[in-house]
Amino acid sequence: MTVHFTKDHEWMKIEGDTAWIGITTYARHALGDLVYLELPETGRKVSKGEHFAVVESVKAASEIYTPVSGKIVEVNSTLSSNLDDLKEDIETGWIVKIKMSNPSEVANMMDKTAYDQYVSTLD
Amino acid sequence: MRYLPQTKKSRDNMLSAIGVTHVDALFTDVPAEALNHNQFNLPDHQGELAVERTMNQYANQNRPASAGRFFLGAGAYYHHIPATVDYIIQRSEFLTAYTPYQPEIAQGTLQVIFEYQTFIAQLTGQDIANASMYDGATSCAEAGLMAMRVTGRKKIMIGTPLHPHYRETLMAYLNNLPDADIEDHITSDTACVIIQSPDFLGVPHAYDDWRKRCDAVGALLVVVVTEIVSLGLLPAPAQADIVCGEAQSIGLALSYGGPHLGFFACREKYLRQMPGRLCGRTVDADGKPGFVLTLSTREQHIRREKATSNICTNQGLCALAFTVHMSLLGEDGFKTLARLNHEKACYLADALSGVKHVKLPNPHFFNEFVIEIPQKSDVVLDHLRRRDIIGGYAVSDHHILVTATEMTTDDDINMYARALSDILTEVSA
Amino acid sequence: MTQIDDTRGLDYHESLLWEKARSDTPGVDLPTPENKPLRTGQNARAEIGLPQISEPQAVRHFVRLSTKNYSIDHGFFPLGSCTMKHNPRLNEKMARLPGFAHLHPLQPMETTQGALALMCELQRWLGELTGLPGVCLTPAAGAHGELAGIMTIRAAHLHKGHHHKTVILVPDSAHGTNPATAAMCGYTIRTIPTRETGRVTLSAFKEALGDGYDVAGMMVTNPNTCGLFEKDIREISDLLHKAGGYFYGDGANFNALVGKIRPSDLGVDVMHINLHKTFSTPHGGGGPGSGPICCTPELAPYMPTPIVIKDQNTYRLEQAGERPTSCGQLKGFHGQFGMHVRALSYMMSHGKDGLKRVSEDAVIHANYILSQLQDDYHVPYAGPCMHECLLTDKIQKEKGVTTLDIAKTLIEYGMHPMTVYFPLVVQGAMLIEPTETESQAELDRFIHVMKMVAQDVTAGRTDTLHTYPVSAPRRRLDEVKAAKEPNLRWKVS
Repeated sequence: MTVHFTKDHEWMKIEGDTAWIGITTYARHALGDLVYLELPETGRKVSKGEHFAVVESVKAASEIYTPVSGKIVEVNSTLSSNLDDLKEDIETGWIVKIKMSNPSEVANMMDKTAYDQYVSTLD
Repeated sequence: MRYLPQTKKSRDNMLSAIGVTHVDALFTDVPAEALNHNQFNLPDHQGELAVERTMNQYANQNRPASAGRFFLGAGAYYHHIPATVDYIIQRSEFLTAYTPYQPEIAQGTLQVIFEYQTFIAQLTGQDIANASMYDGATSCAEAGLMAMRVTGRKKIMIGTPLHPHYRETLMAYLNNLPDADIEDHITSDTACVIIQSPDFLGVPHAYDDWRKRCDAVGALLVVVVTEIVSLGLLPAPAQADIVCGEAQSIGLALSYGGPHLGFFACREKYLRQMPGRLCGRTVDADGKPGFVLTLSTREQHIRREKATSNICTNQGLCALAFTVHMSLLGEDGFKTLARLNHEKACYLADALSGVKHVKLPNPHFFNEFVIEIPQKSDVVLDHLRRRDIIGGYAVSDHHILVTATEMTTDDDINMYARALSDILTEVSA
Repeated sequence: MTQIDDTRGLDYHESLLWEKARSDTPGVDLPTPENKPLRTGQNARAEIGLPQISEPQAVRHFVRLSTKNYSIDHGFFPLGSCTMKHNPRLNEKMARLPGFAHLHPLQPMETTQGALALMCELQRWLGELTGLPGVCLTPAAGAHGELAGIMTIRAAHLHKGHHHKTVILVPDSAHGTNPATAAMCGYTIRTIPTRETGRVTLSAFKEALGDGYDVAGMMVTNPNTCGLFEKDIREISDLLHKAGGYFYGDGANFNALVGKIRPSDLGVDVMHINLHKTFSTPHGGGGPGSGPICCTPELAPYMPTPIVIKDQNTYRLEQAGERPTSCGQLKGFHGQFGMHVRALSYMMSHGKDGLKRVSEDAVIHANYILSQLQDDYHVPYAGPCMHECLLTDKIQKEKGVTTLDIAKTLIEYGMHPMTVYFPLVVQGAMLIEPTETESQAELDRFIHVMKMVAQDVTAGRTDTLHTYPVSAPRRRLDEVKAAKEPNLRWKVS
């Protein structure tokens, strides 16, 4: 099992051809107090770069983009009522599981060290 | 210049504090050829007396509904407004406040909006209502757009005669979007069915059948009400997904078409797709209850091009007028007002249908209905106007929509019936 | 003291209407209905659950609520891009003349000649002041005017067969209504970055324009939301016009120009005018507004309908279908007529000489504030500014004091805060629009409080700044709770 990171502050755990996707601690802090999470329907097909969920604070709405293409096979619907669980925790913090249609999209993504390095360059 | 506090001295003081000698030094970014245009074909300033004289001249050339013998409705209604309403809405604290962005010093406006939302939700039999919209026509158009967002579909069916201005407005909004259109039948592409009740011809409708037809194809049911007083006598459109329309009748003058008051209510499950402002109850840092504008991530200042609508004002002061009037009416007063309107319309219907050659095509109505006459509607209406009777709205060549409210007197009605009888005799069909 | 409720002194606890004991009789006396059989074809409505109180209770309820509001009649209200100026009561009196107030929009036009003449005169004033003679009064608010304007542009392009024009250029400093409006009209939004200079530069514009093939138009507020005049606006509008695009001027900041500079001379093709800003119709706690649009003769055929037309000595509304190229009808009836009366009354009171003083004094006031506060607060873009000035909390934030704290401190000192956290192109924005109707004493008091806050921060006296307001009807409200657990109406508990 490996965890990958994107510049849009998503983390992704890969097992076989399935990706668990969530948002990083940095993103969580930047968003402030969350008040709402809009989740997608199971079964929806998504392409890399498309938004599949929206998180809202009082003053901002942020879209969450999928780093990989494929089909949403499971949605973590408990998150809606437990927004505190939406974090960099691969056990409870995942938003969706996507069955990847093109696993090669995972190449070139950052690992934890590279991501931490990237975050340190942001203001 | 009575509205401008600066004196020459204070202005010079400020200019020197800024470090310039002439005001135009502050306009140096403006292209020289555009600065200080001096060819305005406009008069110089005038005192209150002069302005009042001119305004009175304009006003005196109009024949208002308050002159009596007035039978025109069709989406705007002449009702009585208690003196308290106008007193309250002219209080500085309401009249000259801004949108309540700073809730600590806007609890008055916010509590009023919360009460307004509650009134609208109760009257429409819906879960929630927004803080109001421009008018009934735009509120109906927003309902159409919202139904399209909810269902992902592009077609809107109009199920009963819809006010022509509402239809035009909806069409203009839909014209901007690819494939969006109004249709006269319901299909699996239908985003919503719009039912006006009472409809444009005054006929009240029941909703159960429409609800079933909508459910069969997964369309939303939108109910439009242009005369909100009718909700004091007719059953609530609780079957609907969205109820929208015009609330001018409660607390607002006709004012030649605006400002009026659009209302918008829906089921709670569609909350995030709603357009417009919403006020919610919360607590302050000391735990005291209070109100704020909330769920604004739906709105343009946060979502920009992805907002549910570009609307950012509500009709705040109009919603206040409505809320004050509703608080004075109460449950009993509101229902009595509705019944009085209906009874006046019944009296009018009997008086007019008693005139030879006048028919009443629809037996059911609230406070307006259509009469059918052999002569041309516009000719008859013009003859009535010459007798200082505003007789209604020509809905077709031989049909006139006539309206009665609590303002209509029995004398007015008798005069109308006599005049109509005379005119129908004088004017050949 | 025994705790009965929160009422202390003049600060009243006021329950919801539904929480009051139900009175037997309502606050109106209506005739008794005869209760004859209904001819509605339906049963009478059952219990609605409305509250019921007498008139004195109702008056007290709303008067007490009113005392919890701040308003322009209370004091200084420097809300940027909102133009909170004095609202003359003459205008209220005029709008209530029975010949205006009780006029039905569908009356025969023989009976509304005065109202139509008034609207025609307002069209003329707006046409003169903007230099854009095509005027449509129907839009109900600023955002509605934007919709009218962009739909006008769209109708013009479609009429010419320019279906490839699918993009509207919008600077990132624009009000959210601009992109939201363009999106409602089916356009794609291309953003012009302004962060570096606070203005739309010629180079940024050229890059966004590209070859201009797909560009339908541009929406620009001038002066912009950073309070700056777009100095390259002539070159920009020329290039846009050459590419076949139209220039939509957002009229939110017209108070800086009125009576002194005509938007037509800056290349604007169509713009909306906020009668509730520049021409002082009251904001009413969030409306009603009024947003007429003004446009060039070239675009006039595409404006929404109806407009008022003068034939010889009579006035009339345009008939349905009379102008087939029109983008359509955008609301019921023909506009916020009550606001038209107020705005014309304001214009006549000022005249062209007074309106020029309006824009000049508004600009002097903003620059005076800027000059007095520029050593205490970070100024992201150097002045002179126009009718509003932009500061940020950059200096104070180092000590943990934010724009929000500064705003809430102003409340504590009896003033309405400026616009905060807008425009989005700078962090911690404070946009200050003093308007022309303030005395120097009011401006000086504001400057004094702002300096005091800056000095407190410098001296490390920041603890209380985070707690303000403490003297307002409410302390800071829990917006997270409001959004997380929406409570949007009273319900039977």
